[in-house]
Amino acid sequence: MSLILKAPKNFNLSSHFFLITRSLTSKSPPINGPLKTKDDIKPSKVMSAMGELSGKPLYLDAQATTPIDPRVLDAMLPYLTNAYGNPHSRTHAYGWESEKAVEEARKEIAELINCDPKEIIFTSGATESNNIAVKGVARFYKEKKKHVITTQTEHKCVLDSCRILEGEGFDVTYLPVGSNGIISLEDLEKAITPNTSLVSIMTINNEIGVKQPVKEIGAICRSKKVFFHTDAAQAVGKIPLDVNEINADLVSISGHKVYGPKGVGALFVRRRPRVRLEPIQNGGGQERGMRSGTVPTPLAVGLGAACRIANAEMEADQAWTKKLCDRLLSRLTAELPQVIRNGDPEETYHGCVNLSFAFVEGESLLMALKDVALSSGSACTSASLEPSYVLRAIGADEDLAHSSIRFGIGRFTTLEEVDYTADKCIYHVKRLREMSPLWEMFQEGIDLKSIKWSQH
Amino acid sequence: MSVSRDMILKLYKALMRESSKFPAYNYRMYFIRRTQEKFHSNKNVSSPDEIQQLYNAGLVELELLKRQVFISQMFKPEKLIIETQKQTDKDTG
Repeated sequence: MSLILKAPKNFNLSSHFFLITRSLTSKSPPINGPLKTKDDIKPSKVMSAMGELSGKPLYLDAQATTPIDPRVLDAMLPYLTNAYGNPHSRTHAYGWESEKAVEEARKEIAELINCDPKEIIFTSGATESNNIAVKGVARFYKEKKKHVITTQTEHKCVLDSCRILEGEGFDVTYLPVGSNGIISLEDLEKAITPNTSLVSIMTINNEIGVKQPVKEIGAICRSKKVFFHTDAAQAVGKIPLDVNEINADLVSISGHKVYGPKGVGALFVRRRPRVRLEPIQNGGGQERGMRSGTVPTPLAVGLGAACRIANAEMEADQAWTKKLCDRLLSRLTAELPQVIRNGDPEETYHGCVNLSFAFVEGESLLMALKDVALSSGSACTSASLEPSYVLRAIGADEDLAHSSIRFGIGRFTTLEEVDYTADKCIYHVKRLREMSPLWEMFQEGIDLKSIKWSQH
Repeated sequence: MSVSRDMILKLYKALMRESSKFPAYNYRMYFIRRTQEKFHSNKNVSSPDEIQQLYNAGLVELELLKRQVFISQMFKPEKLIIETQKQTDKDTG
């Protein structure tokens, strides 16, 4: 008691501690006004070069993950609360109820990519889908065929699965990409041998947003009787995708990239012509034996709802992201010289804008832009300061690869947010360039590439 | 029973009101924008059956929004930087 009385008038400890001290003296009136509630907690301060700012940063990282759509959460909640049956329980109504919901979700996913619901397999995410597809197919056909083709700009989980296969004695061809990020179809045709079992090429790149010519790739693979897997985590629900039109045999889908829940994904596995694969996870034989383990009903329902909404809203979403992308690009390029867009400007998904600001280090720009949640590349590699392997694969110079920023625009991004980001970006790029001796030299007309930097 | 102009207007107002109650800036802006867009794009629908269908879908959406606004308000998010800045602009004049 005496301790509390001695406390200074502007008693300013954390609200947690305040609650404890108050509960000890619950009979005496509160010292500093009423009990602190959750609303009294001040928003966290964010430090930036412009001073201390209060409030949460804006979210412009739609390629890393997307917020869950309230309509998706609404569909999931009954299965997180009262409908808790195991969808594989065949002997009682609890199971039937969950099974019905899971099958409905399967149908909704199938409708989005135009396949049969039986061809959809629920997984824990696109990483698992990619692992099952790449390792599963290669291992199943290993007696006859021991060659897999992929590209240098694939997601880490495909590249790492291929690395594992190499360790098991498979041959893997990593196709190079052009400076626009797109593979050459001639290269692909030349790379396919009678020994090839699988071609794995992503639909939309997660870092530079480039669309690969999946339709042409699918046609080549079909004519050579090679299975075609595409990692469509960034594409499903964002652009129209028809598995029959592109002749895909396996397609990976992610839940949390289409405004669905995290921890769920799906894999399309064609039934005619039949694709067979060796499962990675064995057990109860759920999901046609390709992925054992109880299907998480609420997550599956969430993925289904996300796909249904994406199907209905695709046109509106596409028009909106295109509008915001154009706005961002026109504002930045009008104010800033030497801004380079990484990846093809035409064959691209507008929600992913990867820009390099010459003479500005990407990480320092990210630090300055603390009030906007951005990334220099994929979230998986954002912990390292190494330039992205995707940017190096498209032949970006080391300095430009270091100065890239990825702007992820989605369904819930607003015009106001884009304007704010553009303003802040322009301000900080100008500021950082003014400090840069390289920028000064460039403006004096010195070709930086001709300079021989002295060795220490 | 056919859907009257009055009923549609009432539904529109209710949807807009509910959308504007989302505490999270991005959800709020999205549902306000999409409600406006949807009603605008369906302005010239004349078939009574189709109007009835759209009206029923609107009622379902209204119930959904009410539930989700209620849930969102229980887990209030922190305000975004552009919201707090607008507030201080208002405070200082």
